[in-house]
Order: sequence, then C-alpha cells, then structure tokens
Amino acid sequence: MNVRAFLFCLLLAPAAHAQSFAGLGEDADGFAIPQPGDQFVFPEDHGPHPAYRIEWWYLTANLEGEDGRDYGVQWTLFRSAREPRDDGSWQTPQTWMGHAALTTPEAHFAAERFARGGSGQAGARGEPFAAWIDDWRMEGPDGLRLLRLTARDAAFSYDMALEAQGPLVFHGDDGHSVKSAEGQASRYYSQPFYTLEGTIETAAGAVAVTGQAWLDREYSSQPLGRTQSGWDWFALTFEDGNRMMAFELRDSENAAFGSGSWIEADGTVTKLEDGTFELEPLGAAEVDGRRIPTRWRITYPARGVDITVEALNDQAWNDLAFAYWEGPVRAEGSHPGMGYLEMTGYE
Amino acid sequence: MLLSVKDVSKTFPGEPPLEVLKGVSFTLEAGQTLALTGESGSGKSTLLHVVGGLEPANGGSVALNGQEVVGLGDAALAAIRRKDIGVIFQQFNLIPSLTVAQNLAFHARLSGHVDAPWITELTASLGLQTLGTRFPEQLSGGQQQRVAIGRALASKPALVLADEPTGNLDENTGDEVMALMVRLTREAGAGLLMVTHSPARAEALDRRIHLSHGEIS
Amino acid sequence: MWVSGLTALLSHWRRHPLQLLTLVAGLAAATALWTGVQAINAEARASYDEAATALGQGTETRLTRRDGEAMPPETFAELRRMGWLVSPVVEGRLGRVTLVGIDPFTLPPSPTRPALTDGESLGRFVSDGIVQAHPETLEVPGITYEIAANLPVGEAVTDITTAWELLDREVISYFVLLPNQPRGLPPLPDTLVLSEQDTGAEIARLTRSFHLNLTAFGFLSFAVGLFIVHAAMGLAFEQRRAMFRTLRALGLPTRTVTTLIAAEALALATISGALGIGLGYLIATALLPGVAATLGGLYGASVPGSLTLDWRWMASGAALAFVGAMAATASNIWRAARMPILAPARPRAWAMANARALRWQAAAGLVFLAVAGIIAATGHRWDAGLIAGFTMMGGLLFGAALILPLALDAALSLLQPLAKGPLAAWTIADTRQQVPGLSLALMALLLALAVNIGVGTMVSSFRATFTGWIEQRLASELYVTASTADQARELEAFLEANTDKAIPLRTTETRLRGAPGDILGVIDHVTYRDGWPLVVSEADAWARVAAGTGALVNEQLWRREELSLGDPLRLLPAWELPVVGYYTDYGNPRGQAMVGQAELLARVPDISPLRYAARLNPARIPELREDLEALGIQPGAILDQATVKRFSLDVFERTFLVTGALNVLTLGVAAFAILASLTTLGTMRLPQVAPVWAMGITRSRLAWLELARAALAGALTFILALPLGLAVAWALLAVVNVQAFGWRLPLLPFPLDWARLGVLALLAAVAAALIPALRLARTDPSRLLKVFADER
Repeated sequence: MNVRAFLFCLLLAPAAHAQSFAGLGEDADGFAIPQPGDQFVFPEDHGPHPAYRIEWWYLTANLEGEDGRDYGVQWTLFRSAREPRDDGSWQTPQTWMGHAALTTPEAHFAAERFARGGSGQAGARGEPFAAWIDDWRMEGPDGLRLLRLTARDAAFSYDMALEAQGPLVFHGDDGHSVKSAEGQASRYYSQPFYTLEGTIETAAGAVAVTGQAWLDREYSSQPLGRTQSGWDWFALTFEDGNRMMAFELRDSENAAFGSGSWIEADGTVTKLEDGTFELEPLGAAEVDGRRIPTRWRITYPARGVDITVEALNDQAWNDLAFAYWEGPVRAEGSHPGMGYLEMTGYE
Repeated sequence: MLLSVKDVSKTFPGEPPLEVLKGVSFTLEAGQTLALTGESGSGKSTLLHVVGGLEPANGGSVALNGQEVVGLGDAALAAIRRKDIGVIFQQFNLIPSLTVAQNLAFHARLSGHVDAPWITELTASLGLQTLGTRFPEQLSGGQQQRVAIGRALASKPALVLADEPTGNLDENTGDEVMALMVRLTREAGAGLLMVTHSPARAEALDRRIHLSHGEIS
Repeated sequence: MWVSGLTALLSHWRRHPLQLLTLVAGLAAATALWTGVQAINAEARASYDEAATALGQGTETRLTRRDGEAMPPETFAELRRMGWLVSPVVEGRLGRVTLVGIDPFTLPPSPTRPALTDGESLGRFVSDGIVQAHPETLEVPGITYEIAANLPVGEAVTDITTAWELLDREVISYFVLLPNQPRGLPPLPDTLVLSEQDTGAEIARLTRSFHLNLTAFGFLSFAVGLFIVHAAMGLAFEQRRAMFRTLRALGLPTRTVTTLIAAEALALATISGALGIGLGYLIATALLPGVAATLGGLYGASVPGSLTLDWRWMASGAALAFVGAMAATASNIWRAARMPILAPARPRAWAMANARALRWQAAAGLVFLAVAGIIAATGHRWDAGLIAGFTMMGGLLFGAALILPLALDAALSLLQPLAKGPLAAWTIADTRQQVPGLSLALMALLLALAVNIGVGTMVSSFRATFTGWIEQRLASELYVTASTADQARELEAFLEANTDKAIPLRTTETRLRGAPGDILGVIDHVTYRDGWPLVVSEADAWARVAAGTGALVNEQLWRREELSLGDPLRLLPAWELPVVGYYTDYGNPRGQAMVGQAELLARVPDISPLRYAARLNPARIPELREDLEALGIQPGAILDQATVKRFSLDVFERTFLVTGALNVLTLGVAAFAILASLTTLGTMRLPQVAPVWAMGITRSRLAWLELARAALAGALTFILALPLGLAVAWALLAVVNVQAFGWRLPLLPFPLDWARLGVLALLAAVAAALIPALRLARTDPSRLLKVFADER
C-alpha cells in the first residue's frame, strides 16, 4: 500500500469544507465533531473513539542513561477511520499506525507499523487501559497512572515502567483545543507528569535509563484547516516544576495559529492564547536533504519565559512513510529544562 | 594433313584492343613435331590455345584432320579436345584428387578410347610403375610432367599440344622430360605442337616456327 | 606507412564486394540470432524477477502449519502480538483462477501487487471488494475484475476479507514472513513451520528448459555464423597472400601487417556487430509475442510482449561479434606473421587438411559421443538433471559434428568403386577432396538438420501424444460450473434428468510430498474406467479408487517422487493411501492425486460443490445451454468439449511457435554457411577443374557437376543427420522433458517430415552451390588457361 495515502487520510483529512454541509456535531461523512463543553469520561476516554476520524496515543520521554548520556524515546499509536463505525470485524473501516523512535546523541532510530482494525493486531481500550500494535504496548492496571511501555524493531528496542506524579491535564477549554481561527478543534488531554525507569537497547548494547515522560491523548475529525501546512509543537518540562505545551500551525495564506498550555507543578492549567507567546526559529539544520529549524527562541512574557530550545540530536528525523522531525530538546535561559519538539510539513 | 592453320587472327578486347595473332598460317603433318618459339607476348601460347579449341579465334581457319575448328560451339570443341588432342602444360596438368594411375587413364577414359596394353606400356616407358597409387602433390615436378605426358598420350590423340612443358623444371629434368615426350609422341604416331621460348628445346623438334608480334617471321 | 598499408589491404574489398557482403552478412546474421535470443531470455528473466518480488523478495519465507492445514484468522494477531512480522494470505481456486487474498496493511509493497496509490484506492480495495487481475486472466462467473496489468496471469488478487467471502472460507493459508524481523523475538509455536518459498524461482525452474532451448539455438546460430566468417576471412587472406608478401617486401614490418589485419577484423566486427544487434532487436521484437504467449500458456509466467533495450544483451552481442571476428582472424594473423617474404612457388591447396587431422578430430568427436552415451546410460542413477540432459545433447551434437568430415570421407570412399564413368569417379574423388574445406559449413548443416529433426520429432511426438491424451481426458461432452451451492444442487438435478450421466467434479488443494498439489475426487463411472490415460496401474486400480483404498497419481508426481505401485501417499494429515497407478497429465506443473469421491467428501466436507461434467449427445449441447442459462448459470461457466480442446491445443501450438521460427532461421544460416564456403572454394578450385576442362569437358557440364557435388554432400550430411536428430529427439523426450516438465513422451516416427527436411537440405545445399556453379559456367577460358601458366 501507499502509506503516504494512508497518512493523508489520517492527518490531513479534509474536514473544514465538509462541515458546512453537515448537521451540528458531525460532518458530511457522519464523523463526530468536537463541541465546546464536551466532557471527558474516564476510563472510557482513554480508549478509542471510532466516531472520530483520527486519534492518537502519543508518548515522548527524555531519558538519562546510567552512562550519563541523554536519550529520547517516542511511542505513538494513531487510529484513523474511513467511516465513523467499528463492527470489530476484519472489514472495519478503522485502521491503525504505530511509530516508535529512539534518539541518542549520535543516532536516531525510527520504525513504523500498520494494521487494519478488527484483526486484533492493533487496538486500544480504556479499562484496563491498553494501546498496542503488534508487540508494541502501552498498558496499565489503573487508568493512565502506571504504565508499561514497550517497542521493538530490528535495530532498537525499549521497555520501561512509568508512574504519573500528577493529575491529568486538559488543554484548551476543558479539553476543547482549537486549532485554527476558523474553529477546527480537537479533544486534547495530557499526562505530563510521568517519571520512568527502564532499559533501551541498540546494537551497541542495553542501557538502563531514568527520566520523565509526557503522554498526549487527542482525537478529532478535523485536525487542520485547508491552508494549514504543518505544525511546530513543543512539550517542555522545566527544572522549576512548571511545564509548557505550545504549538503553532503554519498557514500558507493566513498568519500562523498558536495555542498552548502553561501547566504548574500541581496540575493547574493556564491556556496560552494565540498571540500571547512567540516561537521563533533561530537556526536550521540540514536534515535528509531539507532545512529544518532545530534551534528556537520561545518567549511567553506573561510568565517571564525567554528561552532558547535546541535539539539534543538535530538529525531526529522520522524517515517513515509520513516523514517528520520528532526529538528531545534542551531549554536554556529563563527556564532551563528538557522536552520534546515535533515539526511536520517540512517536505 | 594433320593440321592446317590459315590466316588465323586473334584480338583481345580492351582499350585499345590487343591484336595478338595477325593472320598466322602453317601446316603440320601427322607424326611431325613442330616448335613454336617467340618472345613473351609474341602470341605463341594463344596460337596453341586456338589450335586446341581452348580459345576461339577471331578469324581464319584451323583444320584438324580436315575438320574446321574455328567457329565451333563449346560442346563440339570439347569433343575435339577429348578425342583428338592431348595437352601438356607448364604446370597444374594433373587432377589433384586423382591418383597417378587414375590421372594417366583419365583422358583416355573420357575419350572412350582405352587401350590398356598401350597405357601399361606408357607407364613403363615413363618409369611410373611404382607411383600409380600416389597423388600428384606427392610427386616431384619432373614426375608430374611425366604423368602429364602419359595422360596426354594415353588416349592416342592425333595431336599433342604442349605449352612450355619443361618451364618449371630444372635443366636436367627438363632434358629428360623433353626427350621422353618427343620419343613417346613419335611412338604414338601423333603430331606434336610445342610452345617454348628456348631455342635449344626447339632444336630437338622436326620443324620450328618463330612468332614475333603475332606474325610468323 | 599505416595509411598506405591499410589502403592496400582494404582495396581488396572494393574488388570483391560479394565477399565483403558475405563476411558482414554472416557475422551480422550470427550476432543477430544470438542477440535476439539473449534479448528474449533477458526480457523473460526480468519478468520472472519481477514476479519473484510479488510477495516480497526473490525468495519468500512462508509460515504454515506443520500439518499443512489452513489457520484460523486469530493466528494472525497472536503472531503479530508476539512480535513476529507476518502478513496473512489466503489462497484458493476460483474456477480456473487462483484467488489470492492479501492484507495490504502488512504486506510490503511490490510491483506485482495491486498499486494502491492513494487513500481512496486503498479504502476501496479494502472495503469495496475490488478484485484485480491481469487482462488475460480468465473471467470467473459472477466476479468483476479491475484490470491490473502488473499482476501475474491466472491470479486474481483482492483483500483478504473479500477473498474469504468469495471462497466462503475464513482461513489463512499461510503467512508471509517479512524480512528484518525485530530483535530477540520469542520462539514460534511448535505447530508452525517456516519454509523458503521460491515463488519466482518456481517459474524460473519451470521455464528453464525453454530458455536453455533458446540459448542453445542462439549458440548454434552463432557457431554457424563463425563458420561463415571463418570461411570469408580465410578466403580474403588467401587472395591477399601475394599482397602481404609485397607489402612485406616493400619494407612494412611483420608487426604492422599483423596489426593491420587485426584492425581490419576489428572494423568489420564493429560494423557487423552493430548491424547484428539491430537485426537481433528486430528478431526479438518479432518473436517476443510468441515467447510471451508460450510462457503464459504453458507456465502461467507473465512476460510483457514488448522489448526493453538492455545494455547487457547488446553488450553480449557485441562481444560475440568481436570474439567471432577475432577467432576467425587469429589463424590469419598467425600465418601472416610466419609467412616468409619469398614464399615457395609450389602452389598449396589451402582447403586441404591432411587425413591425420581428420582422424584426430574424429577421435575427439568420439570422446564427446562417449560422454553423451555415459550420461544417457547412467543419468537416471545420479539424478542427472536438466543441465546434464543438455550436456548430453551438446556432446551428441558436437561429437557428431567433429566426426562428420571423416564419416563423409568414408562414405565417399565407399561410393567410389560404384562410380562407372571417369567423370563420376572424378566427381566423387573431388568431393572427397573438398570435404575438409567444406566441413565447417557441412557441420553447420548437420547441426541445423539434426536439431531440426530432433525438435521437430519432439514437437510432433508431443502433439500426437497430447492430442490423443486430450481425447481421452476430455471424455465428457459438457463442463458446467455453478455459482452457488444452491444452484449446484439444481444443476445436478437438471443434469441427472437431462443427460446420460452427471459427473460431479470435486477437487481440493493439499500438499503432496511437501509440495502444493491437488486431490481429485472421482465417482466410479465408465468415463474414468475406460477413458482415463493410465500408464501403469494395478489390475484392480479403479475398483480400489472407488472403494477408497487406493489413489492414482499423475505422472509428474510419480516421476518427481520416484513412486512405485503400492507406495504410501499422504493426502491429508491423517489420510494415507497406497498408489495404485499413474496417469499422464500434460501441461500441469503440480502434483495430483485421484481418489474415490465419497471418501474425499467424507474427509473434506467443505469441498467446493460447484463443478459438474455431463455425458450426452453433443448435438444436444446448444439446446441444453439455453436451459442451463435459464437456471441462472453464467454463460461463461458452460464449456463444451470442443471449446476446451480448441483452447488446449491452441496453448500447445503457441508453445512451439518460437521453436519453429528458430528452426527455419538456423537452417537458413547453415545454407548461407555453405554458400560462403563454396564461394571461397570456388576460386581455389580452378586448378582442379581446369585440367578436366582442357581435356574436353565443357564448362556447363562442369557446373552441373558442381551442383551434383553439393547435392551429394548435402544428401550425405542429411543421411548422417537423421540418426543424430533422432538421438536428439530421444534426449529431448526422455531426458529433458522429464526434467523440465515431469513427463516422458513416446518417440513417434514422422518419416514424411524427415523426407521434407531431406529435400530442404538438398535444396539448401544446391541453392548455396548455385552461384558458384553459375560463376564456373561463365568463367572465361583465359582464366582457366592462366592456371596452367601463371605463377600464382
């Protein structure tokens, strides 16, 4: 199959124009549309939402090895639906894609998997929580509080145990995260407070690691506007205990649209409105034949944030069917810390 | 009269045409030997060829035993060569694929006139008794020419034509072959017309005609 | 110095344009046939490689149950969740088509799988039940194909869920194991077993003999071409002997002369090679559709009918042209280098080889024949294989070719005493003398004739056997396939009521001795008992089949597994029967077993119940056809005997179309070789002919004798080619066929074909001698006379 096509469906689904023909709460194809005021129900919402077009379980972790070096790990499961239903058979319109990556200071490993719904090869459920594709697993006995995370490919593998040190965090308005000035939105919550320990392994051998992880859960039927061409997304954990999520959707015709959350150590969330913060590329690296900004300046005057963010390994390019940059970063300046940066649409 | 040649002319086409024979006339009696001498290009070989029906003349008359040769077709000429004429050339007289014995008898068999005792006699006279099963390429030049003489005489032709038969041989062998040829021709009662550039060889024959620029001088 | 030397050398060709033409045409023709065959082979091989990547790489690793049974769908997720990267495939027969159900999400992309270029086509493939097939794949009633020219012929590919619906079985036949499995996987369950499946190589193996055939023809034509070039080059050298001598006398170093000769050969090779490659491309283009049809028809291998330019076969053509020209020139260069400036005046016959060389050559030939004989006698004991079969044929052909000159010489010496007149004696003696010079060309003729006889006899034997077999095998007059089980019940009732006998046809797939095969369940009926083409069987074979206590197998399985009567054969994991006989089954690459239908149905209850045959008066078929269509049977699912026969014979005819074309081409090249040799010899032969002429044989008579001589040589060569050709036919039928296809065919004599070929051989020889003979008839007497006087 042409996976690019699959991803086209998954990530850049044409939603905006469809909406005008549809009734409230669903688009022309019958997919559910996130509405302001929707409430999360757990543990059910940890599981899949087949009525929505797309969904993901997205975990990133900054690690420090027993060897004293920094590492990064990504584990992502995407769900995509051709139709808003799931009959549990091999013919269900639900499909799945997994991405796993490991970044070391010198190298970056990435792998992908695809699956049709209904076969059992991939899936997710809320209680007891599990999300998997093949033997890549993220599961826990108690909601999202305790997780076991594994992934394995020909060149690398990892296996770690995570424990949440704080509450779930809802982005936007109670999880209603607006993605454009036109009003496209998603349901979006996170668990940014994980500490973890485990093992990473490459051909060079196994390394015991500890660190911090951040899980994003997001589902939607209309992720991007027609003219939006990609995004730059940051999830940062500062040494003072605060956390910051900020993203900007680049637009080929209009100004970029930004949003985010300021998360205090106790889980208190402040929404970052468009225009109240600034993401400014400082320097680009040559990655797989293209220029990608791997050094940034982030300012958020409301909290006195003025930092430079730099990639741990600027070659953290997920050279997969749908290629994008995803890797660990280090912040310096007013708020030193660690985090993850994701950049898409730099084709 | 065995041979009567009258006003024979021969011109090779070309620019300008080459007039080789300009009205040559002579006669030869049966049993007589005649030498045709002359410089290179004097026309002596051509005259021999015309007489033997090997090349057509442009004009004149060649009568062999009273039969006109000039103007005959391929087949009639070939028949005359088969029956009445024996040829001995300077080289390549023999058929390489046949043995000495086969070569010796070949012309006689072609002419349909095989006289076995005569052939045996010839073989003995030529000293070829022990060479019968050899192939021409296994013989010396003198031996080859002796076979050629035998072959030419085996069919008891009326006329033997010889074109420099000793031309490729050394002096002594040449003498020997020459002597054999003349002796055996006489024994066979045939006429001999021999082309040679050597006055010494010509001396050995009954008569001599000298050709110069296509004319008898 | 160089330029003037070369000018002198080349001036020869201006005076002998026919010779130049012969040389260039000979080398070009040889290169062309070679290149053409290489191009065809390359194209076919590329197609197989493409097909081999169909389900992954050239070799594909498959995971099956140890007992060969299909697996439930859940197995897939179990394996994947263990970490094993596998992709499920279900395979089944749908009429004459193999339906392949795949999972496009886990199967790696491949050029011979559906191209799902956008999200929409993937979505439709998965959820809309799209079935893709090559345009030449037969229609299956009730299924609409989307045309996909990249798929193999005879295979329909669809999503696994669609396949489950169409096959009415929700199972996985096997898993494709993806390359690059993750690190440190847990072991596979004991019930499963990995096997290397060489999908592409399977086709390659099947078609190997066909390609070897083509390659052999290519070599043959090139060898023949070499004869031509050798003859023409040799003549050119001989004629320029005096020139070389003069050049050397004028102070040109030996080295320069030899370099010039080499340079000339190189130039000729370049020109002829380029011409030959161009011609070869045309030949390949003309033959490829036939080859594609052959491969498609016989093996189901899909080869496109159009040719792509590939530097490899072009380079191989150029290399052979070069090597050919150089090989033909090498002896000339050697001779030029050793030639004394003042050569002895004694003339030499270039064409004459001495008798000792002939005997050595013949001895070498006997060694070749002995090798062939040893392989023939012992091959079956050490599993000789296809290569050995062809080695044996090569030994036969080359051995015979090497012996030919001596054999001809002997034959002519036997004829010699029979000659009455002096001319006849001379003609035979002279032919004998000519044999060494003509031998290369006559060898070419011998090889071409022998291969013609051999291949022709094989094809004719095959055709006769095949036609007879199909008469027996297609005993039923009508073959009908229902679309559904309900329809099948109606159909059976209808056939019972309206025909002499309704015969349900029940088959299932299985593994026979480790390889995919089929089981046929047959009812006890006279159709089988009297008509089925059993080769070897127990006396009560049919009774035992009917009783379910014995199985018949097809010849392919019988030979491949070296079965004997009474050997046990495992049909299903828990079902074993003794073999009670074997039957011929031409055109089927798979193993097959035939058992009692009742027993088969008891073991495999879910067998497809859709196919029926019926016995009836063929005149009633049109009327019955209407009734059947009224029952809802698809028109395409009603086949009458005549149609099936025509189809089968058509496939057969196409199979040997290419062989026939190549036969004609090689014979033509052989005739050309004779022409070239005779032209060469004609000039050298004046000294042999001139004395005879001087002694009173006309030139026209001599010309006729030349023709007679050529005819004699041709006839003798043909007489020697006949047993050789039959040996080749035997090798093809009894060795190569068994190895390549798995069946052995009886050798049937076709004297009329041979007679026709004999006439053709005579015609070829005489036609080749015609121009030299005409030349002789028109030779000016002065040229003949020059022989006696000129210093050559």
